[in-house]
Parts: sequence; C-alpha cells; structure tokens
Amino acid sequence: MRSTTMDPKKGRDMVFLAISLDHPAKFFNWGFISISIPNLIMIGIIFVLFTLALVVPFPSHEKTKGE
Amino acid sequence: MSTMWTTKLRKATVEKFEPQDVLPDDQPSYVASWIYVFGVLTLASLLVIIVTGFALTTKGIAWWHTSNVGHFVNSAHLWSVEIFFIFMVVHLWGKFWMAAWRGRRFATWVTGAIAFLASVATGFTGYLIQTNFDSQWIATQAKDGLNSAGIGSFFNTLNTGQSILLHVSLLPLVVGLITIWHVILVRRNGVVPPLDAKEIAGGGM
Amino acid sequence: MSKERNVDLAKWSGPKRPYDLVKEFTIALLVVTLVTVGLAALFSSPDERAVTLQDWSMKSPTDFVATATGELAGTTISAAYGAPYNKASEGLALGPLKIQKWAGVTIPVNPAFDFVVDPLTHSKDAAAPAALSQWNGASADQQTKWATDYSAAIEKAKGDYTMVAASESFGPVPVMATALLTEAQTGLLDGYLTTKASPFPSDFTGPLLFLADGVYLDDLGAAQHLHGDQWGMMNETGSYPGQSWLWLFSLWYQVEPFKSSDNADIQIFAFLMFLTLCFIFMPKLPFINRLPRLIPIHRLIWRRYYKENNL
Repeated sequence: MRSTTMDPKKGRDMVFLAISLDHPAKFFNWGFISISIPNLIMIGIIFVLFTLALVVPFPSHEKTKGE
Repeated sequence: MSTMWTTKLRKATVEKFEPQDVLPDDQPSYVASWIYVFGVLTLASLLVIIVTGFALTTKGIAWWHTSNVGHFVNSAHLWSVEIFFIFMVVHLWGKFWMAAWRGRRFATWVTGAIAFLASVATGFTGYLIQTNFDSQWIATQAKDGLNSAGIGSFFNTLNTGQSILLHVSLLPLVVGLITIWHVILVRRNGVVPPLDAKEIAGGGM
Repeated sequence: MSKERNVDLAKWSGPKRPYDLVKEFTIALLVVTLVTVGLAALFSSPDERAVTLQDWSMKSPTDFVATATGELAGTTISAAYGAPYNKASEGLALGPLKIQKWAGVTIPVNPAFDFVVDPLTHSKDAAAPAALSQWNGASADQQTKWATDYSAAIEKAKGDYTMVAASESFGPVPVMATALLTEAQTGLLDGYLTTKASPFPSDFTGPLLFLADGVYLDDLGAAQHLHGDQWGMMNETGSYPGQSWLWLFSLWYQVEPFKSSDNADIQIFAFLMFLTLCFIFMPKLPFINRLPRLIPIHRLIWRRYYKENNL
C-alpha cells in the first residue's frame, strides 16, 4: 500500500505491488551499537556479495597464446 | 620537437594510449573471479543514478510529491544509490585485499577513494533536496557539524536552492570527472597482476 | 612497502583470453536497471511531509510560545549560536582553533527580530501594535529581563504558558508570543518568513532555524531514531535503509570522549578528516598496506592462476 502521509496524488493512479516500509524500523542493539534492521540488511548484503564473489567459481574460458 | 600547445597536449594524453588499451577485447587470464565485476556494476549503477536523476530534473524537485510516476522515479533514484554504494564497497574491499595499488597504480586507488568521498557528499546533498521532513531534519542537524568546521559559512544546508544546484550540477560533474579519470587509469595501467605473480618466460618486460 | 616487482609494472605479456568489455557493461547495466526497478516497485521511497510553522503552532502551541519567548530572551539555540549566524557566542573550538568563529558571520540572523518582532508588524492581532511599541521603546536590558522572566514562569508552569498568571514583570512579551502563535496558526508566518528575502523563495534558513529551536521538531526526529546519539546519521524515516556508509562518522558520537563533549562536532570532524587522509593514502600506511599479505584473501581471488603456475 502506498503511503498516505502526503497529499492526494494527481493524475492516473499507477498500482504497484508494494510492501509498505512506512512504519517505525526495528533496531538491533548490542552494547553501544544500534543499527536499524534495514541498514543491517544492506550491510549484510555487502558481506554476502563479497563472500560469494570470492568463492563462487568463475567460468573458465579458452586461453589465447601470450603475445 | 614541436612547441605547439596542441601537439604537446596530444602527446601527453591521446598518444599515451593504444586503441587496443582503451577498449581491449582480451584480458589477462588471471582475471578469473567474480570480484572483478563489481567495478563495472558500480559504474552501471552510477549510470542508472544519473538517468533517474535526469528524469527528476526534467520535472522539478516537487514532482515526486504529487505524481505516482514521479514517486516511482524518485524510488528508482534512491534504490540505485543504495545498490551503487553496496557495489562500490565490495569493489573497494576486493581492491584492498588484492593490494591493487601495486605497480604505479597508487593514483588509481586515490581517484577511487576520492570518488567514494565525492559520492557521499553528492548523496548528502540529494537527501537535502527531497523537500520533505527528512530534508528538514538532515539540514538542521548537519549544519552544526559543518558550521563547527567553518564550512557552514559558505555551504548553507538550510538554503535548498544552493543544495539543488550543488546536487544537480557541481557535484555530479566532480564525481563524473573523477570516475572517468579512475577508469582511464585502469585502462592505462592494466588490471593489477596477482601478488607474487612470476615473470612470464619469454614475455619480456 | 616491498619493492615494486617488475611484473607489477610491466604490461602483461602472459596468457590472455578474449573478453567482451562492452557486453559485460551492457549486462551489468541491464542487471542494475532490473534490480533498481524491482526495488522501486516493491518498496517505493519514504516521503514524510515537511513540517511547517503552522503545523508546529497547531500541534504544539505551548512549545511554540516557549520558543518564541526564548528567541526574545536570547536563550534559544540560534539566538546563542555564534557564527555563521551571529556573534552571540564564540562557537565550538578545537583547542585554540576557533574555526567556527574565524569563518565569520556570513548568514546574518537576529532571531529575536527576524523570527518574532519583524513578523509581528504584520500581525492581525489588535494588541500587537501596542505591544511592539512597548517592546521597541524599551532598553535591551529591559527587553531581556521581560523575556527571561516570562521564560522562567513558563518553565515553572511545566512549559504551559496558559497556566502562567499575568504579570507586569513580563512586559509585552506574553502578548507578542501569543500574537505570533496566532500568526503562525493562520499560516501567515510561514509565508512571511519564507518570502521575506525574495518572493521566489529557495532559502529556508529563517523558518528552519526557528523550527529547530523548538522541541517539536526534535521530538519528531527522536521518534524516528534520527538523533545523533541514536546513530541517527545513518538512519532513514520509516523502515527504509538510510546512509549506512556514514557509519564511521556516526560512530564517534556514541562513544567517549566525544559523547559528552561540548565541542564534539569539530573534534569528530577533525578526526574524520584524519581518517579520510588515511583512507586516501592507505597504500602508503605501514602495516595497513601489508594486510593483504598477512590475510591472504587474494589466494582465493587468484586461485586459478596460482594453481596453474604452481605458486
């Protein structure tokens, strides 16, 4: 559902499959560290992508001779 | 030796590159890891940021508050920025652990680092020109840090007009030019060889 | 740092393979576009409506009146700020370095006049002209005393000006504050402060400084976890990701000695400048530039090369 915190939209309404994020975020707290779950997900994606990039095999190709 | 400025400029720039280096159709066989795609993913993300930014520019800064299409474009602009930073950080981590500054590639590292910092500054001005509560909040909070360092005396976060011009013209130009320089350096110096790569027999230096 | 090896400097003359750079970029662009469009369609983007002075005065009239009084008393954040708005204080300092002050007053703001006295000249309140006349005819010391006394009385009444009994010691301040409240509630104050400098407004310094002097905006920020001591720099309204890349900037506001320091802003800024230089010159930093060798993640990246060359 689109946020209703703003003025009514003008023009034709375009309906999207939407997951509303217009509610207070949850937080992960550990000592003095407090990260919002959305931010934690972003940071988690960075670690996951980096790890995958290192371990997932890269397709092999035919080599040409050195020049 | 020609003293013509044009000749000197050509020798200093264009003649330093062979066409095969500018748009190579091969690469060293050691470039065989998915970590290498994060540079081009960052570049592609930057292009999407610019294109969605152009779309927002054509309709003005208040468009997205009252138009569903505008709101969608704004959303695309925001999410492309998020994934831009994700890809850039993975790219940065890869380059660090590869010690990619070796072999006179220090300038490549420096331009990359500055591109990151310039991107953060550009993103910051973007948040300032959302013209909503978040803009008001970020402007009134960030001003204190900037004022304490004397920067607030010429960069007024509460002056939306200034922030718009910085975000849409000056800073993207800075990011764009540094990125181009960074990519030129990569093309010029080639992809850094593996650590402890042996000299290739018969290959010469 | 180890001596540059020839193979690092030389153009690679070893084995190569065909690679389509333009195709790679095109695929990357396609992937990024699809992911972006998908995320935008799924999650949209946050748009909490901006707060006006009218909103503030309607939703928290007591805070509005207390803040207006504080402007007249010279006790609000902007009234006592210093550069670049005024000379009310020396601002923050990094030891002997008073950078904030040295940068000078380049955005002159006189909160008492700009936010209260001047807008009241357009007030529709019948009592406003006489109140203004009394205010303008008084000495600066008398003005401060009136406003300070009324401020103290409001505080004693737990922030509720309606519970403060009239008193001559407040002078015209109560009338001025409530007339300004009415002006704000009708929307006139927003219009006046915004278009004062130009009928084509693009600079919102006036209304935003005034708004930020109150507790209302502050409370809205706290509710969204946006305060500096809530790692707010990284956060966004709602459940959206924010600027998580600001983590190293936000971090220092959570820890001592910065957390309780009056000069935290400039101290952290200076420290960040140092860390930024370290980042830019990381390849030159001893020990840091050895880390890739000490923690050989590169063996994973180039595992095929090392295997093929028995390294």
